[in-house]
Amino acid sequence: MSKPIVEVRNLRKVYRAGDVDVEALRGVNLTVQRGEFVCVVGPSGSGKSTLFHILGGLTPPTAGEVLIDGQDLSRMSDAERTALRRRMVGFVFQKYNLLPTLSAADNIAIARHIAGKDMAHDEKFREVLELLGISHRLHHKPRALSGGEQQRVAIARAIVNHPALLLADEPTGNLDSKNSAAVLSVLRDLNERMNQTVLMITHDPNVAAYGHRIVHMFDGRIVDS
Amino acid sequence: MVNKLVIENLKFRPVRTALSILAVGIEVTLMLTIVGLSYGMLADSQQRAKGVGADIIIRPPGSSVLSLTSAPLSEKYVAWVQRQPHVKMAVGSMNHPVSGLTTITGIDLDGFNRMSGGFRYIEGRPPMEPDEILVDRYYARQNNLRPNSKVNLLNREWRISGIIEEGRLARLVVPLKVLQQATSNTDRISQIYVTVDDPANTDAVIKDLKSKLEGFQIYSMPELLSLLSVDNVPGLRAFIYVIIGLSVVVGFLVVFLSMYTSVLERTREIGVLKALGATPGFVLSILFRETVLLAILGSLLGIVFSYGTRWLVMTFVPASLSQLIVPGWWPIATAIALAGALLGTAYPGWRAARQDAIEALAYE
Ligand SMILES: Nc1ncnc2c1ncn2[C@@H]1O[C@H](COP(=O)(O)OP(=O)(O)O)[C@@H](O)[C@H]1O
Ligand SMILES: [Mg+2]
Repeated sequence: MSKPIVEVRNLRKVYRAGDVDVEALRGVNLTVQRGEFVCVVGPSGSGKSTLFHILGGLTPPTAGEVLIDGQDLSRMSDAERTALRRRMVGFVFQKYNLLPTLSAADNIAIARHIAGKDMAHDEKFREVLELLGISHRLHHKPRALSGGEQQRVAIARAIVNHPALLLADEPTGNLDSKNSAAVLSVLRDLNERMNQTVLMITHDPNVAAYGHRIVHMFDGRIVDS
Repeated sequence: MVNKLVIENLKFRPVRTALSILAVGIEVTLMLTIVGLSYGMLADSQQRAKGVGADIIIRPPGSSVLSLTSAPLSEKYVAWVQRQPHVKMAVGSMNHPVSGLTTITGIDLDGFNRMSGGFRYIEGRPPMEPDEILVDRYYARQNNLRPNSKVNLLNREWRISGIIEEGRLARLVVPLKVLQQATSNTDRISQIYVTVDDPANTDAVIKDLKSKLEGFQIYSMPELLSLLSVDNVPGLRAFIYVIIGLSVVVGFLVVFLSMYTSVLERTREIGVLKALGATPGFVLSILFRETVLLAILGSLLGIVFSYGTRWLVMTFVPASLSQLIVPGWWPIATAIALAGALLGTAYPGWRAARQDAIEALAYE
């Protein structure tokens, strides 16, 4: 088996909120192989989002080792983490977080632009748009799209640069069951057809069943996997 | 792509965008108007001076180029100057202030006619009675005057005998004797206009006059015109700078506020861009581009508005004020407005650039 895409050892994260320190992660260990679809479940406040934010380079770890594709995040500067976000990871949030001023197509294009690529000639991505079932809605602004459509655009934006890692933080949290199913099947298709590595946070055991493996978090630790 | 985002952002908040552009527009209008007024009023003075047709102007010691408000010179000098070699004609004139920047000029009409070719009469005729006065077209328009209208000046009532074309000597003209009498300045004048037999002799005549009239201010017409400049009006340059400074402060504050609220409002959008891997420089460049666009559109609006203020000035107060369109100042005013706007964006931009992506993306 090739080198794991994610290796986390003894990860700790302390937030300073005013005068109090909040220990969000208290020694997390996790390994994810390329092509895996891992679901992270756990009660609210257990540190799931914090883990994702660190894996995605949005915030530095307080202690421990975080290797993404062999690169140690804990030694990276702000600028290096920014570059990592550009190249290696794609985020999908519960609240779709599309730019309201841009059309769906431009929301996707801006991610491409930030990564320093242009939109033309990406056959693989055309395929993805077909798979997402949003090709015909791309010229609309987000407010003209349903929640399910917006989330699928957000997924397209997250994978447009072919990231090694797709991080989805409760991607179906705002969706009804029909739209949830559509989004989840898209994630599973991406994983199965394109071998996209996916990490997904969820509350819902039915949703968690879409993954290959479930990781449970509690109080800033992974309790069993 | 970034430009598209910038334009879409501006279109997305049309009211704020419009107000920001309007504010910059007013800022630029203010600058261009104050500059246009300064240039316009000086150009007016120049044109009137030129319209006399003199080659040389003689003024008594201690007078200033711009304000001629007293009549300290004896009329006898006119005859004396007339006798000097190469002098073709000498005509005395007197100025007296009536209100604000407006002065009334007394001149020997026959002499002036011979020197300048005379006034061009739009309506009416030269003054014949001691209570008759000539006004120029602008003064007539501003004050709604026609021939035979009455005006009150220098504590007495005058009747308009004629309306003359602007740009010659003065806006209000009466015969020299009449003004001397009305102001109890018998035999006194403010200045002497001189023509020479051959323009080539102008410098020689000036030299000769200077040697004989110690302390007098003696200028050739081109010299006088060049002295009618912004720098020779006491305080004018400072005044222009104060107005420009104030308008820049207004532009700065409006852009600052607009960008500041815009950054606060877009916290989440900025967080999204950062999650996508945008650098602080990228975020900053979006805001700066928006600002540049606002400032340039505002400046264009300001240039258009300055035509509007000129129309207002030339329609309603053409005798008191005069405004020129000064295209040379368009890039200057634009650059000043742009600098103020960019300065206004600096702090909001800095906040946006260092804003924490996670907080921005927090669910609440
Ligand atoms: N930016 C932050 N500043 C301070 N405390 C935070 C911040 N983000 C999360 N926390 C705290 O860290 C803990 C873990 O939060 P989070 O990772 O969001 O958990 P989950 O996603 O599992 O609900 C919580 O106690 C939360 O209040
Ligand atoms: Mg969370």
